[in-house]
Amino acid sequence: MLDTTRTVETPEGVELGLRLAGPAVRAYAWAIDFAIRIAAYTVMSIPLAFFGQVGMGIYLVLVFLVEWFYPVYFEVHRDGATPGKRSLGIRVLHDDGTPVSWGSSMVRNLVRFADLLPVAYGFGLASMLIHPDFKRLGDLAAGTLVVHRVADGQPASIPEAPPRPPGAVLTLPEQRAILEFAERQTTWSAQRSAELATLARPLTGLTGYAGHAALLGIANWLVGRR
Amino acid sequence: MNREAFERQYQDDWKRLGELLDHLERVKKSDVCGGFPELYRRVCHQLALVRSRLYGTDLEQHLNGLVLRGHHQLYRRSGPTWTQVADFFVAGFPRLVRREARLVGVAVALLFGPLLAMVAAVAARPELAYSVIDPATAAEYQSMYDPADSMERGSQTDFYMFGFYVYNNVSIAFQTFAGGILFAVGSIVYLVINGVVIGTVAGHMVNVGNGDAFFPFVVGHGSFELVAIALAGASGLKLGLALAAPGRRSRRAALVAAGRESIRMVYGIFGMLVLAAFVEAFWSSSTVFPSTVKYVAGGAGWVAVAAYFTLAGRDGRAA
Repeated sequence: MLDTTRTVETPEGVELGLRLAGPAVRAYAWAIDFAIRIAAYTVMSIPLAFFGQVGMGIYLVLVFLVEWFYPVYFEVHRDGATPGKRSLGIRVLHDDGTPVSWGSSMVRNLVRFADLLPVAYGFGLASMLIHPDFKRLGDLAAGTLVVHRVADGQPASIPEAPPRPPGAVLTLPEQRAILEFAERQTTWSAQRSAELATLARPLTGLTGYAGHAALLGIANWLVGRR
Repeated sequence: MNREAFERQYQDDWKRLGELLDHLERVKKSDVCGGFPELYRRVCHQLALVRSRLYGTDLEQHLNGLVLRGHHQLYRRSGPTWTQVADFFVAGFPRLVRREARLVGVAVALLFGPLLAMVAAVAARPELAYSVIDPATAAEYQSMYDPADSMERGSQTDFYMFGFYVYNNVSIAFQTFAGGILFAVGSIVYLVINGVVIGTVAGHMVNVGNGDAFFPFVVGHGSFELVAIALAGASGLKLGLALAAPGRRSRRAALVAAGRESIRMVYGIFGMLVLAAFVEAFWSSSTVFPSTVKYVAGGAGWVAVAAYFTLAGRDGRAA
């Protein structure tokens, strides 16, 4: 499978599908976070500049905290996502799909320093390109994944059509193919739908728009509108 | 049962779970969610049915999304409490260090070995100092610890130096830890480099006659600071060792287990270095007290660090 999905089994015995986030989207998220950090340093430095060396001391402590703990704070307290990750719809999870804990977030963000080496996230990028789950060194050490947030949209409904029995016993994968065709046919042009429906000629005996209507009928019959 | 009937029968569950999750994600408290675990497990079961009966990808994705959100809520981990933090510093941290005694020993040798070697080498051949630190830096150190210039530093500068020490020293410790993932090479390099530079500076100070200003300065915080850097090296070595010699685990599992243990040591190191920065900024720089007082206090610090790591947490109370 070339899909960038990964399944984790929950203690309830169901498998959850996670969509892994690749290097590109993570680099964009990093760039947004970087811009936010730079802006924060600039804003902090302006009032602190009035307090001489005490201000500089406070500034250095704050820079230290932001530099090392900005990702940790947001990953632990804001659903596994820094502002950059959130804006791109990705988040950090443990390998088993549970939300990231303090310890794991600390590990992945401290080991970030090794990812930065030798220059410009060289090791991190190499590790992400080699690893099937796009893990950088920090993710390897912490046992974490970066995944896309899944939208749990409402189930698409199959368009109503006069139900029509398939006329042959269909296997489960065949039934599924027909149902998915019916669910997704609004995302193609009518011509493409008709073209695809022609492939089911051995079943429906029809081609083009007639075949399309027949397949929708079978789909309606399969979901139980009979 | 066909899909329509299935949806009719269970859609109330899905709607209720969705509403409960919206609520839980907003309030982040788990004491207000009657029936959540039960409802969540029911929907898990329904998701498994949808999958095995091939009811359709859209329905599967809808339930997968709900279950995923439920999973995040049910298996959320809470952060440490203040009692746990206190327990860790009273007992857990020294126990952890004792458990890793061998790695700590190696790290101490890697830091203090080059340090003492350089002190001896620079004492024997003073010009060696300039092959480690360039003359400009050497001159800077020289004027910093010039006994003739015994002017008391302002408290403003103390505060600035506190910020600098936190920023600089804790970053070095974190880097020493992180370098461990490169098969321990990074940690070893950091330990040796720090040992060499500190040893050279100390030897150079003796040679140019600044020892009387230098040693009273460093003796106060040196105990916390050097030991903390050595411990950061030990926690990095633990990461590297898990990769190099995972034992009866897979490398991946060994690394994650080592990461979980060694990050706890890093928490302790962080505490030690903040303490060291405080001492270094506000006590070490003070020239109000005579050198004798500084040596006695500094010596007490070393004894305290040694006693903490050998004795604390031995009475078996929960860590």
